[in-house]
Amino acid sequence: MDYTQITSDEQASMLGAIGVKDIGDLFEVIPEEIRFTDTLDLPPAMSELELQRALVEMAADNHGPHDMVCFMGAGAYDHFYPVLIDQLISRGEYLTAYTPYQAEASQGSLQAFFEFQTQMARLTGLDIANASVYDGASAVAEAAAMSLGASGKKRVLVASTLHTHYRRVLDTYLADQPAECVELDQIDGRISPETVRENLDEDTACVVIQSPNVWGLIEDWEGCFTAAHEQPKTCAVAVFNPIACGLLKKPGECGADIAIGEGQPLGIPMSLGGPHLGLFAARQQFIRKMPGRLIGRTVDAEGRPAYCLTLQTREQHIKGAKATSNICTNQGLMAMRATMFLTALGQAGMRELAELCYHKAHYLAGRIAELDGYSLKHDGPFFHEFAVQCPKPAGEIIAACKARGILPGVDCSSPRIGAIGEPNELLIAVTEKRTRHELDAFVEVLGEVSA
Amino acid sequence: MTTVTQAEPTMIESMPAQSRGARPVEPLIFEKSVPGQRGVDLPPLDVPKAELPADLIGAPVNLPSIGQHDLMAHYTHLSDRNFSVDGNFYPLGSCTMKHNPRINEWAASLPGFAQLHPLQDDDTIQGVLRLLYETRTFLQEIAGLHEVSLQPAAGAHGEYTALKCICAYFKDHGQAQRRLVFATDNAHGTNPASCTMCGADVVAVKSVDGWTDLDDLKRLIDERGAENVAAFMITNPNTAGLFDSNIARIADILHEAGAMLYMDGANMNAILGKTRPGDFGVDAMHYNTHKTFSTPHGCGGPGAGPIAVNEKLASYLPVPQVMMAADGSFHLDCDRPKSIGKVRGFIGQVGVLIRCWAYISACGGEGLRNVAEKSVLNANYLAARLRDVYEMPFFAPEKGRFCAHEFVTVPKSLLEKGVTLIDIAKRMIDYDVHPPTMHWPVHDCLMVEPTETESKRTLDRFVDVMLQIARQIESDPESLHEAPTESVIRRADEVAAARKPVLVWEE
Ligand SMILES: Cc1ncc(COP(=O)(O)O)c(C=O)c1O
Repeated sequence: MDYTQITSDEQASMLGAIGVKDIGDLFEVIPEEIRFTDTLDLPPAMSELELQRALVEMAADNHGPHDMVCFMGAGAYDHFYPVLIDQLISRGEYLTAYTPYQAEASQGSLQAFFEFQTQMARLTGLDIANASVYDGASAVAEAAAMSLGASGKKRVLVASTLHTHYRRVLDTYLADQPAECVELDQIDGRISPETVRENLDEDTACVVIQSPNVWGLIEDWEGCFTAAHEQPKTCAVAVFNPIACGLLKKPGECGADIAIGEGQPLGIPMSLGGPHLGLFAARQQFIRKMPGRLIGRTVDAEGRPAYCLTLQTREQHIKGAKATSNICTNQGLMAMRATMFLTALGQAGMRELAELCYHKAHYLAGRIAELDGYSLKHDGPFFHEFAVQCPKPAGEIIAACKARGILPGVDCSSPRIGAIGEPNELLIAVTEKRTRHELDAFVEVLGEVSA
Repeated sequence: MTTVTQAEPTMIESMPAQSRGARPVEPLIFEKSVPGQRGVDLPPLDVPKAELPADLIGAPVNLPSIGQHDLMAHYTHLSDRNFSVDGNFYPLGSCTMKHNPRINEWAASLPGFAQLHPLQDDDTIQGVLRLLYETRTFLQEIAGLHEVSLQPAAGAHGEYTALKCICAYFKDHGQAQRRLVFATDNAHGTNPASCTMCGADVVAVKSVDGWTDLDDLKRLIDERGAENVAAFMITNPNTAGLFDSNIARIADILHEAGAMLYMDGANMNAILGKTRPGDFGVDAMHYNTHKTFSTPHGCGGPGAGPIAVNEKLASYLPVPQVMMAADGSFHLDCDRPKSIGKVRGFIGQVGVLIRCWAYISACGGEGLRNVAEKSVLNANYLAARLRDVYEMPFFAPEKGRFCAHEFVTVPKSLLEKGVTLIDIAKRMIDYDVHPPTMHWPVHDCLMVEPTETESKRTLDRFVDVMLQIARQIESDPESLHEAPTESVIRRADEVAAARKPVLVWEE
């Protein structure tokens, strides 16, 4: 079914109103030589019932966190979210609305995004936030571009402990700009403020540090950003995990000027990597340099509170080649999910959630470290993810665990994650979803696999 | 004892919004916060507590505390304050606000799709890889082009990604000096913005009556040096709602100059199965699945912007690429030495692509052609019925000039009666119609795109609304300055919002 509704009788009368005989007349404008006269070579149309069957079949051909126990992370996390999010987000008023260009017809989404921006500012400890960019990776690229533009400088210092996808996207975006990317070496999986100092110079636009970083380790943001600010115009860019902000020091508390992150943990299904949610917050001074949509509070003609898109002169539809970014469609509905998630958990819930992740991860790490042949790769503090050195190649462990219904983590040597580590290293993430029983069973399997 | 005669202070004034219905103001979620309330609970900790160094711990996040019932009420009330494709006619030109089939939503939410981790081994995700591979081949066929990358997150991201591939191709072929990208003067803002992000300089090409001015194009190529031109970005059907009949000639001109033709596929809806970009000389293009293939706009996203390219450009596409092996199994290929690299995390907007697959599978080849026909029929019908009152610079059926899936009106004679374009747009809100795209591609225009999924009844009602508004302009133009009067708020003061921006709530 193609979802059209015009009947053949109606079509005839409509063609009459237009003054033509045949629908083909409306397509005369396409020169004959380039008309496509065949039928597209696609599978025959499926009825909804057939579609349902085919989709159930294809979905059944996948195994993952829905029917296995998941310890995979590396930028996408298997978190709980309340059912009410799916229910609310299915409302056609949210699902089928466009970008809120017409304020009076879009107060619902505008107010929700204004609340989202406020929550993001509070979560990061910064002044302002936008209504989303594509994902964590593109947020990093946008933040670097904003720093370069705002400072007029040319160098970007990037932690070698940044998620490799983020780093590679940054490389793609910076390749065409007059900018140089310098990598900060890690010591035992973390960046030392001294390393920042050694690489900093007056041409440094920004210093980008992720915490928890690609290894799950908590970086010394305060130390590194203090070092960064020894150059007056250098921006401190924090790449954050929104769940960790429920417990750990927030970017703003550590001196960050810009905070960006991946919002997927906030009530967004992993969906094989997308759609996710790019979070973008900054200090007030960047307000006119921000990429993407900004929602402002104003009043209507009778003085009532009202919300609208604002500072649109930064954007591509007004500024064209001189816009702060090319982004147009963003991740609206995902931002809506995130704001509902944060509202449902509230201040106390976010703290509890982060603590569950922290303590469960530490319990598991402690137990794995006691196993013969296993050790933690790093000594530093971590949040809910850690790297383990295994007695066997990670690939073998993953295969053995798979047979037992467990996704034990990410192979650090996999090209899919940019080969951050050795073949025997496994990156393990633990969320609130894992029960003690699952953690203990996982430890047991790891013990058996190595024997 | 309380009696009805007692004059109690009431909450009706301070909290007018306790149920659905007319609500002038919906308090912010922060204003509704009651410390101690919770929207959802979590299980107790079932492992021993680990040491938690005090110097790592941050201040609590100041988030509102709301019980679940009031949370539902809040977001239900907010939803009542939105126009939507479900609830309203939403003829936003260039945005293709067609019906969003719910089978697609159901499909994307199946746990066997929605819960997958993006770094799982290929052998655990054969079903979804098959779906992605099939989506690739569908989009290749519809474009008539060699290879599709599913990665870009939206149309603008697709433009950027494809331009990167074009630049990479020229660099690889010793023509790194090709850094000029031409774009028509009526191009969408993302076109030039994407050029800038690729480090390319944008040169505007004149359009005449919506069509590309071939002489201007040739002149500019000569003037700037054919050897410096990387590509021409064209939207076809263009932003004036017209198919550019010269398109094959334009492709020739670009190819003679050694440059490429890029097509912004935002308006693909009008030509599905009627003509294919690859067949009229396009080298690279993007789709917007959230326009052409019915994936929902979700208050601004997420969409997806897959790109289709010819053989020359294929090896430069971003990684990973979904592939089928000789044995019929599927895998993700990260090993593409000439690739421009990564443009986003992980694989793509998979949840959106699932919806796209479901839509194309529901339509089939004939269905897609019918989509194009009905979208063009609906637009021409509206244009024909309204043109006597709303002038249309590019629409002249008696001269054989029809529109594609959308039309542009510049209602000059109405605007001369003392109303502005905004007045007209805002009055449409009073009639439950979402205003069309405004002031683009030309000043003082409305760009109307009804889409193929609207019924004749809806189209006829829209005509009545537009004629009614025209009559009001004749009789009482002043009254339109007040519009909207029937919506949840009166006209929002956007100037004040920009003058003193308030982006977050301060208590
Ligand atoms: C003609 C045209 N090009 C490009 C875009 C940008 O696409 P997206 O919003 O998906 O990034 C749009 C969207 O509005 C458009 O109408």
